[in-house]
Amino acid sequence: MKLSSVLDPAGTRAPSPGTGGQAGPEAQAGVSGRQRVASLVQRQGVLAVLLLVVLIASFVYPTFATLDNARGVTVQASFLAIVALGMTMVIITGGIDLSVGSVFALGGVLAAWASQWGVLPALLVPLVVCGAIGALNGVLIARVGMAPFIVTLSSLLGARGLLLAITDEGATTYLVPKDSAFAELGQGSVWGFGHPILIALVLFAAGGVVLQRTSFGQTLFAVGGSSDAAVLMGLPVARVKLTVYLLSGLLAGLAGAINAARLSSGVTIIGVGMELDAIAAVVIGGTLLVGGAGSLSGTLWGVLLLAVIQNLINQIGSLNSSYQSVVSGGFLIVVVVAQRYLARSRRTA
Amino acid sequence: MASPEAAASAATGEPPSLTPTVLEARGVSKRFPGVVALDDVSFTLRAGETHALVGENGAGKSTLIKVLTGVHRPDGGELLLSGRQVHFARPFEAQQAGISTIYQEVNLVPLMSVARNIFLGREPRTRLGLIDFRRMHSEAATLLEGFRVTVDPRLPLHTLGVGTQQMVALARAVSVRAQVVIMDEPTSSLEPREVETLFRVIGDLRRQNIAVLYVSHRMDELYRICDRVTVLRDGRHIHTGDLADLERVQLVSMMLGREITEVRRHGVTSFGDEGHDIARKPVLTAHGLTSRHSLDDISLDLHPGEVLGLGGLLGSGRSETAKALAGALALDKGTISVAGRVLRRISSASAIRAGISLLPEDRKAEGIVPGLSVRENIVLAALPRLSRGGIVSRKRQDRIVDIFMKRLRIKASSPEQKVGELSGGNQQKVLLARWLCLEPKVLLLDEPTRGIDVGAKAEVQALIDELAQEGLAVLLISSDIEELIEGSDRIVVLRGGATAGELTGDQVSEAALFAVLADHAPAPAPPEGETDADSDADADAGGGAHAAATDPLAPAPAPAPAPTPDPDPAPTPAPTPAPVPDQAAGDAHAPAHDPADDPAVKEDLR
Repeated sequence: MKLSSVLDPAGTRAPSPGTGGQAGPEAQAGVSGRQRVASLVQRQGVLAVLLLVVLIASFVYPTFATLDNARGVTVQASFLAIVALGMTMVIITGGIDLSVGSVFALGGVLAAWASQWGVLPALLVPLVVCGAIGALNGVLIARVGMAPFIVTLSSLLGARGLLLAITDEGATTYLVPKDSAFAELGQGSVWGFGHPILIALVLFAAGGVVLQRTSFGQTLFAVGGSSDAAVLMGLPVARVKLTVYLLSGLLAGLAGAINAARLSSGVTIIGVGMELDAIAAVVIGGTLLVGGAGSLSGTLWGVLLLAVIQNLINQIGSLNSSYQSVVSGGFLIVVVVAQRYLARSRRTA
Repeated sequence: MASPEAAASAATGEPPSLTPTVLEARGVSKRFPGVVALDDVSFTLRAGETHALVGENGAGKSTLIKVLTGVHRPDGGELLLSGRQVHFARPFEAQQAGISTIYQEVNLVPLMSVARNIFLGREPRTRLGLIDFRRMHSEAATLLEGFRVTVDPRLPLHTLGVGTQQMVALARAVSVRAQVVIMDEPTSSLEPREVETLFRVIGDLRRQNIAVLYVSHRMDELYRICDRVTVLRDGRHIHTGDLADLERVQLVSMMLGREITEVRRHGVTSFGDEGHDIARKPVLTAHGLTSRHSLDDISLDLHPGEVLGLGGLLGSGRSETAKALAGALALDKGTISVAGRVLRRISSASAIRAGISLLPEDRKAEGIVPGLSVRENIVLAALPRLSRGGIVSRKRQDRIVDIFMKRLRIKASSPEQKVGELSGGNQQKVLLARWLCLEPKVLLLDEPTRGIDVGAKAEVQALIDELAQEGLAVLLISSDIEELIEGSDRIVVLRGGATAGELTGDQVSEAALFAVLADHAPAPAPPEGETDADSDADADAGGGAHAAATDPLAPAPAPAPAPTPDPDPAPTPAPTPAPVPDQAAGDAHAPAHDPADDPAVKEDLR
């Protein structure tokens, strides 16, 4: 018997937060206006910021708002976008994949090397190798139970080492044959928009469907939201975790291959720190770093925002391009702080 | 081995029944480092029965459930589902086989919507193989309506109350095609109305010939809905049989492993009969404690050797008062003095230094560090005292830990066992030890026996008694009225953050406590011309307490529907379809509903 409820028939008691089992009236009122706004800002706030930055830049810098510039920026961004796509899924499960930058570079070199035999090997070789690295990450994390941070840090080093080994410490640069159809994959365009953009958009559309409309996607959110609960609900937690790291490796390798096609060579020094840009884009896009919530559309806007900032700093010209990182870092902080406040007001409103 | 039927009848001594056994455990054992959690446990679950699984904390109930649901793999013995041997490597496999579980602590994903939580892993699909959200939401809404929960299934789960979340978990578990539904303390966070709904759902399951394994500490619930009972103690199977054939007192004595006479004599609390030797001069004096929104001018004295009870409803400021005394609540006004000396700056550190220790209400969140060992948890607060120049003497640690583990009878395989592996009662004792090794003058106990089983509860109560006898000043907060009355020498009653009254000497009784509480309560219209005190007690029965609306004679608190005593015409009728009041009152947990019922409790136990 509890004192707490002795004198208060259920009807007169104000709903207490801990025991508010009276789902009826309070729940039917549903999400309050403030909560809805907070939720909208969390999901689409970065889009608003992106549009604002683009709008202002278009007025201030006439060269920014040209079609050519738009094409350049988006092609540039599409590689990071493809990598960030995989990263979004990994982060939604509550994990992290630090290996993507190295895997991206490795994929490029492998694609350039294999392109001498045609388009198919140029795509398959990097996908198989990078997929294997991703799968290894996944096995160590999901089956062995190691921490994602340390596993993917190891494969960051490992992939970079492998890359240096097959290029004689970077001395050998593999070139894509000039007349190869593979080069077309990176350099061609449809209606003026480069193939990489189209590939990225198709992947994001497919990824969005997978994430939102399939059991697999729902399980990602469940694993990130509460791994224990997901296990007890009988969800295939280990398999899903393994799959996201595999996907992340495959996507990073694919992005690297397409980038090699665009550059016509396997550049060894790219992709350093790319994993951090990808993480930044994902977080700016509203995905929670602890997992359980996030969206691909947000990631897309996050990637574009980073690309636009870089482009603007190039437009200014007088500003040292290193400041790009400073501005990106600033945005990241703002987003993380905003997320915290939004999450709080969503809870309390 | 004999056929399951024969085995069952051998255990229960009744003729073989025609109901087939759906789930059987044969000689199941499970060992953890240093502990035998299950030792050769066998039991059978028949189709369509509601089977109670009882035992103290640490008796092995949770482990048995985890073995049955594929969370743990047994070290020995076998599981049979519908007569065929099964091995579950993962919870997924048990669920595929038709064993569905509702866990005590809601195991859903808070950030995801209600509908997604219900359908995770088996979402309705469109023709393209994609999730059909429209159908998922409408099916979820329909399903929840059956549980009398009207909530938008698109809302994220964490926006709902705990009780509603538990109903969502129930909806998930039941909507799977299950042969067996296991419920681990399903009512602990439910309101009476929801408990009724749960019982109705159990009735539905029974009609569908689905077996329910029901774990609960609440006797009246067990006697109301369960057909048979299995008792576990210290990891061993003690008894399986029809619940109707078993007196409550027998059941309690089997759970505790104590003689029936002993249980009868002591009832369910273990405080000594006589009062304590109380010093005249207070050790702690608080004057005019005021904190905006929570405390309004509270003054109290606490004497060495005294147990001062703090009574009041939820939100009356009991926990806040304890926190204020421990320096953990910012005060706008008021002074605290210990042994005549006024604390100048009130903070947790200064309170601890002055000799005030607080055992917090929520031991999981505010107390134990589950990953650390028993030893580390005990000495945590005393480390500054045990160290010299920043270096902690291991020998002194071991000595102190040894003393307290013996003194408080902490059951652990060794001082190095992780506290997270201990039962709730032992965790509470570890916390108590942590504060005791600071040699406090004042011990503030906020709900010290909440969530621990009958046996450990009795031990903790006996300890409180002993500590007071040794001259410690104890402040006791408890929502368990019997515990408060039995344990306290004096009771200060709070209401709305202010002092509502004080009970001393012979006034320390339930009747007097109710009177003080009732005096200040917003008098609800007494239904059917009852007295205030009566309707209050009934409201409690309708207020999420142990006695949770099982008293069919209690008028339903307004908006809740009238409790329907066992609404289902089941194939195997419940042993007590309509419990009589004193049976409900005789619950080993629930103290009297009403002052007038008090003697009935003891009567029933006899």
